[in-house]
Amino acid sequence: MARNPIELAGARPGPPFEITFDGRTVTALPGQSVAAALWAAGILAWRTTRRGGRPRGAFCGIGQCYDCLATVNGRPNRRACLVPARPGDAVTTQQGDGHER
Amino acid sequence: MSAEPYDLAVIGAGAAGLAGAVHAAGQGLSVALLDDAAQAGGQFFRHPAPALKAGRPQALHHHWSAFRELRSRLAASAVDHLTGHHVWTVTRDGDLPWAVHALTGADGEEQRPVCIRARALLLATGAYERQLPFPGWTLPGVVSAGGVQAMLKSGLVLPGRRIVVAGSGPLLLAAASSLATAGARVPLVAEAAGYLGYARHPGALAANPGKLAEGALHAKVLARHRVRLSTRSAVTEVHGTDRVEAVTVRRLDRDWRPLPGTGRRIACDALAVGHGLVPRIELATALGCATRQAPDGTSVLVLDDRQQTSVPGLWAAGETGGIGGWQLAAVEGELAALAVAHRLSGRPAPARVRELRRRRDRMRRFAEAMGAAHRPGPGWTHWLQDGTEVCRCEEVTAGSIREAVAELGARDARTVKLLTRAGMGWCQGRMCGAAVACLAAGGGGAAASEERRPFAVPVPLGTLAALDEPN
Repeated sequence: MARNPIELAGARPGPPFEITFDGRTVTALPGQSVAAALWAAGILAWRTTRRGGRPRGAFCGIGQCYDCLATVNGRPNRRACLVPARPGDAVTTQQGDGHER
Repeated sequence: MSAEPYDLAVIGAGAAGLAGAVHAAGQGLSVALLDDAAQAGGQFFRHPAPALKAGRPQALHHHWSAFRELRSRLAASAVDHLTGHHVWTVTRDGDLPWAVHALTGADGEEQRPVCIRARALLLATGAYERQLPFPGWTLPGVVSAGGVQAMLKSGLVLPGRRIVVAGSGPLLLAAASSLATAGARVPLVAEAAGYLGYARHPGALAANPGKLAEGALHAKVLARHRVRLSTRSAVTEVHGTDRVEAVTVRRLDRDWRPLPGTGRRIACDALAVGHGLVPRIELATALGCATRQAPDGTSVLVLDDRQQTSVPGLWAAGETGGIGGWQLAAVEGELAALAVAHRLSGRPAPARVRELRRRRDRMRRFAEAMGAAHRPGPGWTHWLQDGTEVCRCEEVTAGSIREAVAELGARDARTVKLLTRAGMGWCQGRMCGAAVACLAAGGGGAAASEERRPFAVPVPLGTLAALDEPN
């Protein structure tokens, strides 16, 4: 019986690589989306809402809800569930619409 | 891009679109297959990116061999598979070919807009999940049941270790059994409907034994992992400050109204939730295609015997004509391909059309029986508190929507939107549409939102401005 999804799918990806989330190092596997890499590190929220400042992360997982918007390498409003993680990506929590600083 | 128009553009590379594209190519048509994702499969056959090197992708799927066959037929065909194409509108001027406008890139952010021209169009855009809000459903760790499936199938990840599954519909059993198989503990599946609803359609059940076998297979997996299933139950509240810590499950009456005194708290670190699927038909409704309300309460495209919509030259297959699953979608995709080939070439339709129609009708009957059994009951609105957010994007609460209805006289989702901004955000009402339509209608079960939206995905202003420039 599988203990985790990687074993279940018999996945043997290439070497893991590093991205950062709000400055903290997170390990990603080749082929994972930004959202998947963050989930794998136990991170479920990477955006705060425009009005209430409440934490949000992936919800629909298929690019339809836009709740998983993150700032990736300085560009806000990237759908983390669709964007593939690349070595060295700097992901930061998107505050509101991502344009106010 | 090819200056010549294609014979057929297929939008969506799930089961319906894949079948449509390969069979149309088999009939000698030139075909473009456009899809958001980097690889074919749609939602049901979503699978890990090649770089994850999954040796056993079939472990996460039933019917993987059927997909493998479709995929190899696609590879062997002359179909132009255009990945990373997010179609935002389709237009047609008089008798000119259709113009299919798309943004490109993993999330459409490459901002290299393209336009594909084709003589016929097949919409195979699938579905997204129907959500009904409840207190705490915006907390991180609450994920749509389909979303949990998608993230697991593509990224091989889970949102937590102890995951409650709740809502209504067959997807819940599928999600719970994949989660348990992938190593998560699933303390409970809370299904709001009762399974007795199926018994009202004995004919549809008897004609579709495969569907029952599939249900039995999920039940077996759930039993092996000691996953409990409670029918007529719902998660009516999620607890936690910044992420899910526990949920409250209540028993429901036949109308989905929570029964007082039945609440029990279950500790968990994630919740997978969904209440059936909603056809993705924005591209069609923007063109004025006729819709009807399906037995599950969703708005679906009206299709003729050969899968054509009410707009000539525009065909549809799969979930867009009513939620029915991948097997029905594949049959409809093939049927549509044969119909388009017949229309464009004038050759007589092959005898296979009759067999495909028979299978389609049989599966549709089952799908409609299932949809009726899981249609949300009107009592679900009793889950809401005034402060519960209904529109996730614009953070609009149930209280403000009720005020717009009771005090400001809103009677439909559009007026509620204008008064409260509910449904005006990034997702364009996909997540809150079903709920807002219900509340605007003054409660009631699943009212379908009939709203037309000009664009199917958010479009940069520069792309719109560039439309008037000569290509």
